[in-house]
Amino acid sequence: MALLVAAVGGAAGLSLTALERNINLFFSPSQVQAGEAPDGGVFRVGGMVVDGSVARGEADLSVNFALTDTAATIPVAYTGILPDLFREGQGIVALGAMRGGVFVATQVLAKHDENYMPPEVNQALQAANRGKYGGGDSGAPSLP
Amino acid sequence: MAEFFAMGGYAFYVWGSYATVTAVLVHQYAAPLIRRRKLLRELAGEARS
Amino acid sequence: MRAHIDPAPDLPQSAIRTRFHRFISPPWFYRFAARWSGRLGWSALLLFAAGACGGLVLAPPDYQMGDSYRILYVHAPAAWMSMFVYAVMAAAAASGLIWHLKLGEAVARACAPLGAAFTLCALVTGSLWGRPTWGAYWVWDARLTSELVLLFLFVGCMALSEALDDRRSASRAAAVLAVAGVVNLPIIHFSVEWWNTLHQGASVARFGRPSVDTRMLIPLLIMFAAFNLYFLAALLNRVSCELLDRERRTQWVAEVARG
Repeated sequence: MALLVAAVGGAAGLSLTALERNINLFFSPSQVQAGEAPDGGVFRVGGMVVDGSVARGEADLSVNFALTDTAATIPVAYTGILPDLFREGQGIVALGAMRGGVFVATQVLAKHDENYMPPEVNQALQAANRGKYGGGDSGAPSLP
Repeated sequence: MAEFFAMGGYAFYVWGSYATVTAVLVHQYAAPLIRRRKLLRELAGEARS
Repeated sequence: MRAHIDPAPDLPQSAIRTRFHRFISPPWFYRFAARWSGRLGWSALLLFAAGACGGLVLAPPDYQMGDSYRILYVHAPAAWMSMFVYAVMAAAAASGLIWHLKLGEAVARACAPLGAAFTLCALVTGSLWGRPTWGAYWVWDARLTSELVLLFLFVGCMALSEALDDRRSASRAAAVLAVAGVVNLPIIHFSVEWWNTLHQGASVARFGRPSVDTRMLIPLLIMFAAFNLYFLAALLNRVSCELLDRERRTQWVAEVARG
């Protein structure tokens, strides 16, 4: 019985230490710039899409944007279908490799945050952040 | 009504989730009830013989 | 093997202790389960209906995810229950190991398939939610991986309790695995804080206000209640089966079987 406990505990401990290095799903742009990401290899980078940086190709599905963790920013190039949640200011995780200073992605995943709210509440929140409550025309719903 | 079932284009994902959960939970609830009925019948047979 | 009730009349706390002993004695618990499982099951069904109605019809769509977020109403309670059931199973298994409680062994054994079912629900609904929102059915991030490990733990407990011919040693082996696997619970819960994950942080089970709008939160809380009642009802059914089977040679089972 004690042997079984030891075996299970040992297996759990070993797999945890083995996972320690790979358990983080992605690197941040700062880590990439500091050279912590595998050089030339395939890895994931996660961050926020910089506002106003998304440039879509006219003929194909190519898209270029900048990814930031507020400390560092790296350019990303991707060709393909983006998930529904992809938009400027949104957290995303991209899989790919660095090619001459540009992160060339083969897959882009959108990250969701833990906030859930109806559209009108979000509009009211944004109006409040901009400091103009309703702007005189539409009465913004009162905030909680 | 059709709009409700369309779920804003996410019909497959939303209804797929609810269907999976319903099927699994109904099965988990029914299985022991059926087993108990069978068991009681079996035990009643044993008690009589 | 006969169910034994110790009255212990000369002890000061004897009244409470006798009550407790009676509660955990198989024949008493069997009758308790028969009386309550149906009522709990029907209440759970009513709450499921109310929660689904609230979540699918009354709650407004999310500002970013639209209607796909409605999967939350089955995903979050299923994921929560998967961990809660594991904790119950481990506690029951520990009581079986330490005090040799028959009821503890029966409850632990009954929890394993229920927990596996909740975990499976959480993984499947999460996957169906991940595809449209994240862009992938599955990602090997820490939250998803540790939840998959939880499924393996439940399945492992089920397999171990079937594996050995001697029921008691099979129960004990499964109980040891169940207790050792408890380390996975904090890993699942805090995975989204400890490591970089694609999965978002906690919305309800966190300090401070839940980050879910009130109109969306109410159906979610109803669903949580429904899942909990459902679990209790289903657990009582399973435990009563388990007790009948384990105690099949005792007087009380013969009486129950005769009707």
